Amino acid sequence: MSAVADTHAQDHHHGPAKGISRWLLTTNHKDIGSMYLIFSFAMFLLGGSMAMVIRAELFQPGLQIVEPEFFNQMTTMHGLIMVFGAVMPAFVGLANWMLPLMVGAPDMALPRMNNWSFWLLPCAFLILVSTLFMQGGAPNFGWTFYAPLSTTYGPPSTTFFIFAVHIMGVSSIMGAINVIATILNMRAPGMTLMKMPLFVWTWLITAFLLIAVMPVLAGVVTMMLMDIHFGTSFFDAAGGGDPVLFQHVFWFFGHPEVYIMILPAFGAISHIVAAFSRKPLFGYASMVYAVGAIAVLSFVVWAHHMFTVGMPLAGQLFFMYATLLIAVPTGVKVFNWVTTMFRGSLSFEAPMLFAVAFIILFTIGGFSGLMLAIAPADFQYHDTYFVVAHFHYVLVPGAIFGIFASAYFWLPKWTGHMYDETLAKTHFWLSFIGMNLAFFPMHFLGLAGMPRRIPDYALQFTDFNMISSIGAFMFGATQLLFLFIVVKCARGGEKAPAKPWDGAEGLEWTVPSPAPYHTFSTPPEVK
Amino acid sequence: MCVGSQSWLFISFGFKEIFSLLLICVYTRQRRIHKQTFTLSFIRCCERRAFVQRDDAKSDKNNTLWRHSMRVHAKRAVALAAGLLLPVTVMADWTMNMSPGVTSTSNQIFTLHMTILWICVAIGVVVFGVMFWSIFAHRKSRGAKPANFHENTLVEVLWTIVPLAILVAMAIPATTTLVEMYDTTESDVDIKITGYQWRWQYEYIDDDFSFFSNMSTPRDQILNRQAKGEHYLLEVDNPVVIPVGKKVRFLLTANDVIHSWWVPEFGVKKDAIPGFINETWTRVDEPGTYRGQCTELCGKDHGFMPVVVKAVPEEEYNAWVAEQREAAETERQLTEKDWTLDELMERGERAYATACASCHQADGSGMPPAFPALKGSPMALEDMAGHIEIVVNGSSGTAMQAFGNQLSEVDLAAVITYERNAWGNNTGEMVTPKEIFDYKNQQ
Amino acid sequence: MANETANEQPERRSNSKVIAWCLSGVVGMFAFGFALVPLYDVFCEITGINGKTGGRYESGATQQVDENRTVRVQFLASNGPGMTWEFRPVVRSIDVHPGQPVTVNFYAANGTDHAMVGQAVPSLAPSEGTQFFHKTECFCFNQQPLEAGESVEMPLIFIVDRDLPEHITKLTLSYTLYDQGKMTEVSRSDRTQTTTNNNG
Repeated sequence: MSAVADTHAQDHHHGPAKGISRWLLTTNHKDIGSMYLIFSFAMFLLGGSMAMVIRAELFQPGLQIVEPEFFNQMTTMHGLIMVFGAVMPAFVGLANWMLPLMVGAPDMALPRMNNWSFWLLPCAFLILVSTLFMQGGAPNFGWTFYAPLSTTYGPPSTTFFIFAVHIMGVSSIMGAINVIATILNMRAPGMTLMKMPLFVWTWLITAFLLIAVMPVLAGVVTMMLMDIHFGTSFFDAAGGGDPVLFQHVFWFFGHPEVYIMILPAFGAISHIVAAFSRKPLFGYASMVYAVGAIAVLSFVVWAHHMFTVGMPLAGQLFFMYATLLIAVPTGVKVFNWVTTMFRGSLSFEAPMLFAVAFIILFTIGGFSGLMLAIAPADFQYHDTYFVVAHFHYVLVPGAIFGIFASAYFWLPKWTGHMYDETLAKTHFWLSFIGMNLAFFPMHFLGLAGMPRRIPDYALQFTDFNMISSIGAFMFGATQLLFLFIVVKCARGGEKAPAKPWDGAEGLEWTVPSPAPYHTFSTPPEVK
Repeated sequence: MCVGSQSWLFISFGFKEIFSLLLICVYTRQRRIHKQTFTLSFIRCCERRAFVQRDDAKSDKNNTLWRHSMRVHAKRAVALAAGLLLPVTVMADWTMNMSPGVTSTSNQIFTLHMTILWICVAIGVVVFGVMFWSIFAHRKSRGAKPANFHENTLVEVLWTIVPLAILVAMAIPATTTLVEMYDTTESDVDIKITGYQWRWQYEYIDDDFSFFSNMSTPRDQILNRQAKGEHYLLEVDNPVVIPVGKKVRFLLTANDVIHSWWVPEFGVKKDAIPGFINETWTRVDEPGTYRGQCTELCGKDHGFMPVVVKAVPEEEYNAWVAEQREAAETERQLTEKDWTLDELMERGERAYATACASCHQADGSGMPPAFPALKGSPMALEDMAGHIEIVVNGSSGTAMQAFGNQLSEVDLAAVITYERNAWGNNTGEMVTPKEIFDYKNQQ
Repeated sequence: MANETANEQPERRSNSKVIAWCLSGVVGMFAFGFALVPLYDVFCEITGINGKTGGRYESGATQQVDENRTVRVQFLASNGPGMTWEFRPVVRSIDVHPGQPVTVNFYAANGTDHAMVGQAVPSLAPSEGTQFFHKTECFCFNQQPLEAGESVEMPLIFIVDRDLPEHITKLTLSYTLYDQGKMTEVSRSDRTQTTTNNNG
């Protein structure tokens, strides 16, 4: 604690520095939070524009716009950029902005590391995106980069991809350490663990997940690097390795990673639903336990991504049962949210709209997840558009809508202005319709037998693909409206009071809007 | 698991049909292939569904059959009425659901799929029902005053235990199905399937012949220069043939990267992994042609390596096997035959189109730098030994595969001859199958 | 919750302690990622889940031959990418009694004009049978060098365990032969030492 106070002693008497150095050298959690959020939105647009290329090519059967190689690069880069560049940094940005305000701390526990972990990200993505311009093109083996397609048969740019993953891994791990240190050490007096806001809880658990699995990701790409350049044979059958081992190690990282992308949204949604229901959150304690249970279970379900690799029966059954179990804590969370709304006094401003859509659509994604967990049925679903529909239903309304809901919820606190409610509601409805139009037909496509990651398809898939593309274009274009709303809100608008939402609770609403550059220099007392 | 087959009929109706109605309202593009009135397609899909359910219905005795047929009649009437009201031209298949398929495995999977789907729908109706009730009734704008409860141990315990019970109920039939899929009893025919970038090789283990199966959709259709055929992207030059009513065991492996062999109507999908062997099986009772695709991303042409299986009656199968064995023998003899340049060029053009054109292009222009041009290349114009070497043995570290074991001696000779004489590479040189044979077996 | 008056202070730790714990977690998990490789191998060897058959089987006790039961063992041979040798089993399949040691041969011929080294990688289907398939001698234990134009019959001696589950009636043993590099001259004495892996 004292170390942190010292670090900040000099900052306490002046505002932000001027010019570029404010952003390059800042250790202020609000500045860094903003940079994370802006960066992640830029990546969201970049990854989204790749999705537009994919959907444009799939608008009609036949090859029209891109060659299959480039199509594969697009699907790969879209996945990598959305997962590592858009969703994860957005949550870190929200954590940076809100965790100190929520626990009553003056800043993150490790402000200089905070700066470093942010600036590593643009470097990582500069490397990753530059692979598009290299000879042989960008990585083209899917965001899951299964060996040996990514090792023996990978393009030359794979090495750069590996370095980019290393750097973003380091960045995530530093961010996670920072979150843990902040939450464990910097809470206001009186804020016991079970009094922490749920967003803080979910981020704490997310941070532990990050520390547990990002090193495994680093490990698996390191093994790839060694296979490619140093003659080892981790994943090469010719040298006694095993390509399936790659999948085991990758999904040991990959499944917890899925929860890393959703747990912080769970926390934020809990605040928003309670605030706009004007009623305390139902089942706070069970929410905390449910998140903990999901996190623990996420380590023992990885092979449900691999039901078709030829695991023996006992393995299939174990992973099927373990996966089904995850439905229980997830169900508890959904029931709690619905019960929080029940007999509340509901109003539907943009954050609440996104939150309600989150609950409904995420639950639909959960249902298809349940279906995918049934191992025998998975033989039909696996690697089809049904899977694509499933994870987009989990990630777009889950992670992305969660982030939009949080952004609208806290924008008044960040900017000091109310956003334009009409435009925000337009943004919601267009996103909602676009998203469903884009992804719901993918369920049908998958069930009818369309494999994923193909640049061209048989004629019976034409219609739904066309609808899906129209929905995707609509969803994509709508996001420019969000950019406009945020810029407009930052530049002016109706003055926001300290607590713009009458049902909201928490320390962040006790400081003025916009939150001053330095908050909680003296810790508040939590009763 | 059998929650009453007539109820399946009921619930599995509606899913597709209702969405068809909704979507047709918003979307009425002129279709290019299969023009059909809405009425026809609607009736057809009702009938198909009724047919699918018929097997289940049998077991449930007469009254089910009666209700069943009534329902079909009712559906036809509804369909007819709807069709008259909506004389809209619709698109191709609005297939929205999984196919029940033609094997017992695929039928079990389908039942399982529908069970879970409707359990999910039921849960969804309850949960979303409560939610929409709250949204409707407990709005601030309607003057709702918030309650203040935030805990209830009984409710919380209940909604942990009840879902658990539902999950157990789901897991039991799933386990039964899975155990049956892992059946390892004696098989009648064993076929080894090897995935290559981007074709399948089928080897009939007990009958000593094998062949490659390449997609046969013309490049012009893919590039939209030609109207797309009925089985666009789902057609091959050599389909794999299996006998009906016999247990066929598939042994899967891959040569280069991981592929996955899938035929939806069999309910069979298994990864083909280089260096490893996986097994799966099927028993098809209905003769027919069944189509599937590779379902594991395997590089550039992942979308262009379909699976086509022809299930034929046993006698036909035996005749086909005999023919294949004979053809393999003929191939050996062809190697010995004296070939003329024209014959080789003709055969070479065909072999080039299936084996080489996807990378080096039909006009030999290649896709530099990964796939060099052959037209005017020094390799094709001068260095004959090098040319044979690279086609037979590939070039390690590049995308150039070794075709020595993928193409016959005749095709190898023809391809090399073709490459040395096509597109203005008029060397006039010829490589004979015999030379290739000797090259491969040289001392 | 709101009217609870717990004024207990959250426990305070120093940041460096938290960082130290987290970093040790990171290092530990990085190491764990690599540890998964041998762990997976051990796990596979015990359970046979990936179908990779074990190394040399050395058991003092000779098994009683179970004359009443017959298991068909099928042999497959594949070539890895770029491997141009002719490679095939001499017999396609064989019926054996569990417990009985059986010898079969695989034929390999190097038709190229240079010496090469091959390495066969075994795999068994169904994978459930892997732990019941013992090899006492196998060409796959070592690399196989062949001079230009040379051919060889390579032996495999195996025993099917008496404990093979009843429902398995057929085992398929597949070998994939990989090119381990072109060699100019191979000294025969080196042949047993050239293996780069002990995958069996």
